Amino acid sequence: MNPRMRIALGVLGSLALLAIVAPMFTPWDQSTLDWNNLAVPPQLHDAHWLGTDRLGRDLFARGTHALRISLALGLLASLVSVLIGVTWGATAGYFGGRIDAAMMRAVDIVYALPYVFIVIILSTLFPRGSLAALFIGIGAVGWLTMARIVRGQTLSLRSREFVLAAIACGVRTPAILWRHVVPNVIGTVIAYATLTVPQVILYESFLSFLGLGVQEPYASLGSLINEGAREMESSPWMLLVPALLLTLALGALNSLGEALRARLETSDG
Amino acid sequence: MLAYALRRIAGLVPTLFVLVTLSFFIIRLAPGGPFDQEQKLSPAVRANLDAAYGFDRPLLVQYGRYLVGVVRGDLGPSLRYRDLRVSELIAAGLPLSLTIGLAAAALAFLAGVPLGAFSAWLGESRVARVAMNFSLLGVILPAFVTGPLLALVFGIYWPVFRVGGYEPGDPSFLVLPVITLALPVMAYVARLTRDSMRTVLATNYIRTARAKGVGTWALLFRHALRPALAPVVSYLGPAVAFVITGSLVVESVFGLPGSGRFLVQGAIDRDYMLVMGMILVYGVFTLVCNLLADLVYGWLDPRVRFQ
Repeated sequence: MNPRMRIALGVLGSLALLAIVAPMFTPWDQSTLDWNNLAVPPQLHDAHWLGTDRLGRDLFARGTHALRISLALGLLASLVSVLIGVTWGATAGYFGGRIDAAMMRAVDIVYALPYVFIVIILSTLFPRGSLAALFIGIGAVGWLTMARIVRGQTLSLRSREFVLAAIACGVRTPAILWRHVVPNVIGTVIAYATLTVPQVILYESFLSFLGLGVQEPYASLGSLINEGAREMESSPWMLLVPALLLTLALGALNSLGEALRARLETSDG
Repeated sequence: MLAYALRRIAGLVPTLFVLVTLSFFIIRLAPGGPFDQEQKLSPAVRANLDAAYGFDRPLLVQYGRYLVGVVRGDLGPSLRYRDLRVSELIAAGLPLSLTIGLAAAALAFLAGVPLGAFSAWLGESRVARVAMNFSLLGVILPAFVTGPLLALVFGIYWPVFRVGGYEPGDPSFLVLPVITLALPVMAYVARLTRDSMRTVLATNYIRTARAKGVGTWALLFRHALRPALAPVVSYLGPAVAFVITGSLVVESVFGLPGSGRFLVQGAIDRDYMLVMGMILVYGVFTLVCNLLADLVYGWLDPRVRFQ
């Protein structure tokens, strides 16, 4: 394991730990208003370690809570994207011909459009701020790269002997796909899934930043950055804390994904 | 080349049609409507409003009417900004959005390519590695993080540029938005150029040129750059989509009256006409830019045309 991967894993582990246990250590709840400390800078007094916002809500509690929401949403939505992408790509690659052409053409069309279009159109389908909208909207755009990659791999697996043998034995197509094809692309899938997570976290924070994602009283890193950007002149810590958390999370996830991919490429050839 | 171009242009129409159709029906499925307010409208007023905008007709008829309007260049009335046509609203904001977007794209490619080329020349040296780690940061950080940070440092702590309270015609308001928008694209372009440039620099004809005594500058930019540019050119299309996405954020961060805000605000207000209009205008723009990028690529590399 190279040092870069080790650092990335360390940062990720600390962030996850922070997201899980940190809210237990602070006496403040993420939505409690502290009227005695409105918009105070980071201080030890009254345990506002990272300061408060204009309503007196503790930024340490809100930041770690937002980190929890962003990470959890990112992981779950990535899982959805990966499932769709793998199924789509494996199906297209396995059948080939016209089905493949039509399915990949659909991917190309969605790929060519800025993802905000799709996400914004889909977000109108749900009440504002519903998590279902976030999942579906993000899931609808997160799977494209995965579908392309899996399709390419499946195309080359299709004519291998063990697949032909399975067909000759009369194994049904879904079983061939899930039991014989997908396990053989799993390494690639894991590497790209690691790269899907930061992408999905980015989509979610972007939507929350625009006010289309996670809504009050909950916060995600994106909506915290939006609040912080509005108050940055008087309370810069409100911008710096969520920005730093997001940067660390995205940086670590990307480094890890790149490292996994590099390792995969060297072991392949 | 002409046949290839025509084939690609013909491929544009169905894509646009699919985009318009899908977004039209999905938006109409959405719960809530443009006339929902805190106070409930009386049924008679509601019926009149629906009739005035043609919402009382069957959905297919509305769809047909919308398509006819679009073909004639009419994007319909806005449902929230009463008395204004969607095309008027978009036309008011689009010039500013286009200025920022094009300036950012130009900056990204004009600065990113030389940066990548030089860093390829520096090879595995420490400077190049540090620079490339920085560029990774540029790729990762979204505009809604870099924008506010740049505004904080260069607009407030060290007020070199002006932020907030946009005055038309004063370019000092546009510097930070353009840089914010350009940064991730620039970082990505630099990385792409570096990778493909390193492959090119290892080829025999570059070694020959170097043996002949060609200077660094000429070697990099006259001999090596052209073949190394292909992946960069193919990134042009995605870059445009990226810049459009980013411009939504940048306009909101820096309070610029561009057209990007109509997309988000329209979706929140359920202003069907405005959202459809924005998707159509930005969609055409994205697809045309993608097409241009592909054509340039086809011109650079003739093999693509016959696939």
